[in-house]
Amino acid sequence: MSESHSLDSEQVAHLAELARIALTEDEIKKLSGELSVIIDAIAKVSEVATPDVPATSHPIALQNVFRPDVPGKTLTVEQALSGAPEREGDRFKVSAILGEEQ
Amino acid sequence: MAEELVALSAAELSEKLQSKEVSSVEVTQAHLDRIAEVDSQVHAFLHVSADALKAAGEADGARKLGAKLNPLAGVPVAIKDVLCTSDMPSTAGSRILEGWIPPYDATVVARLRKARMVPIGKTNMDEFAMGSSTEHSAYGSTRNPWDFERIPGGSGGGSAAAVAAFEVPLALGSDTGGSIRQPAAVTGTVGMKPTYGGVSRYGAIALASSLDQIGPVARTVLDAALLHDVIGGHDPRDSTSLTEDWPSFAEAAKAGIAAGSLKGVRLGVVRELGGEGFQTGVSARFQEVIELASKAGAEIVEVSAPSFSYAIAAYYLILPAEASSNLAKFDSVRFGLRVNPPGGGTVEQVMAATREAGFGPEVKRRIILGTYALSAGYYDAYYGSAQKVRTLVQRDFASAFEKADLLISPSAPTTAFKFGEKLEDPLAMYLNDVATIPANLAGVPGLGLPMGLAAEDGLPAGLQLMAPARQDAKLYSVGATLETLLEANWGGSLLARSPMGKALRATESEKGAQS
Repeated sequence: MSESHSLDSEQVAHLAELARIALTEDEIKKLSGELSVIIDAIAKVSEVATPDVPATSHPIALQNVFRPDVPGKTLTVEQALSGAPEREGDRFKVSAILGEEQ
Repeated sequence: MAEELVALSAAELSEKLQSKEVSSVEVTQAHLDRIAEVDSQVHAFLHVSADALKAAGEADGARKLGAKLNPLAGVPVAIKDVLCTSDMPSTAGSRILEGWIPPYDATVVARLRKARMVPIGKTNMDEFAMGSSTEHSAYGSTRNPWDFERIPGGSGGGSAAAVAAFEVPLALGSDTGGSIRQPAAVTGTVGMKPTYGGVSRYGAIALASSLDQIGPVARTVLDAALLHDVIGGHDPRDSTSLTEDWPSFAEAAKAGIAAGSLKGVRLGVVRELGGEGFQTGVSARFQEVIELASKAGAEIVEVSAPSFSYAIAAYYLILPAEASSNLAKFDSVRFGLRVNPPGGGTVEQVMAATREAGFGPEVKRRIILGTYALSAGYYDAYYGSAQKVRTLVQRDFASAFEKADLLISPSAPTTAFKFGEKLEDPLAMYLNDVATIPANLAGVPGLGLPMGLAAEDGLPAGLQLMAPARQDAKLYSVGATLETLLEANWGGSLLARSPMGKALRATESEKGAQS
């Protein structure tokens, strides 16, 4: 992969939507330039990542880790809600899940 | 008296506390006074604890009752703001968590309290630990105690600067790609990234979970080892936590100090972690360390790790990918900021407006990059390839450790740079971690310690030692030997030669003359 890896504004806007960040037009433009330079530099990983090399996801191999299925101490409702921006009774309060057009 | 106390190492304070020559309240007050005096200039702290003296009093009380206490009982410690503290705000340097007080303590924080250490405050950092300069903190940069015009390293610049400015003898840091070791290098302090899984991460606000590790920050190798002994060991609440019993790292460091020799130690100089891209003064100091180690009996071997050249590229795919997923939790529902768009909106629109307002530029950059690296059509080429590079890096370490017991390199390619120098060039900023990233990718431990001042700018240069996974003790023993040999050459610690170290000694001798 020696070709240039540019990210245009449209792609950045799409990624921002996926990542749920309401970027401004200026930010999108700036990021498109910066990310193209970064991706160009990091795309070199494919040079050595040949099919015979296995992938490593975790530096120290571990088997599945389980604990005994015994109820333990958990946060109280008050503790769990202590950082919530908005609450209603014992629940986290959010705005509408669906918009009008949906 | 107060000046004397802040100049002491944690080990020295421990002795004075144990012999009841001083109380923890006195030691803590001296450090609080020091923070009040210098932190307006250094800005290492985001929050200073209102309960520090209370904790100190409790440590004194326990000691009076004759309880058998940890050697560090009563010694103040600062906590990087990435760690959850139930009595202090925990923001990870981000606006999105401004003022957030977690409902629980991180395991490492709970262990500090259990050892009756005194949490004195929370230290500044690049937002969510993304950066090498603290310039990405939402709360302003920390300044390097050697030169206030320069960066203290990052992301843990606050912890390193707090220790270097004698505001606290010990601090906790987190190291995902060098965030403990690179700040240590540019501030003339000591920092350890333990073996992956050696220290619990429960209650650490995650950046990249396959790389993150919590570790000690200190002014001496022995002090770092003492703190590692407190925080290390298995934690059932962290499923990546290793279950084995660890030896005493403090004993390893003490043995290293006593040995005074490196006979029988094979030190591997990594060809790829030097030369081009490394500042002349850093390379010169490194050569001197190699000669010093050789004179002390170490066998010096050259090793090659060709895939290290691909480590940064792999890291800047793996890290953003994992971070974009970890940071999805900042959804404006359960904790932190909520910003409602004008005229209201759906929960998704509220989330997008909140993240736009709450995240800084570097965090946005990495989330978008990570989202891209994980997206359909690019996943194999980017994230998949990066994970293969990770295998190659591990193989290079394995073959290097056949020839050498420990690997040795500079821990950062340059000394501290000036504010703003690399802020507009993300790629240049990323290169600061060239020497530290391989250890994170492979999960092996790395110790950073000072190796002298670069001739061209008079600023500290850092040395890095790396060991095979689980052999952290070896780093403390060899690190302590090297530190002892270097300090014998310097006629004292490197920090004693910093402007703040000199000022502290001048105040002391003035007081001595008066009394």
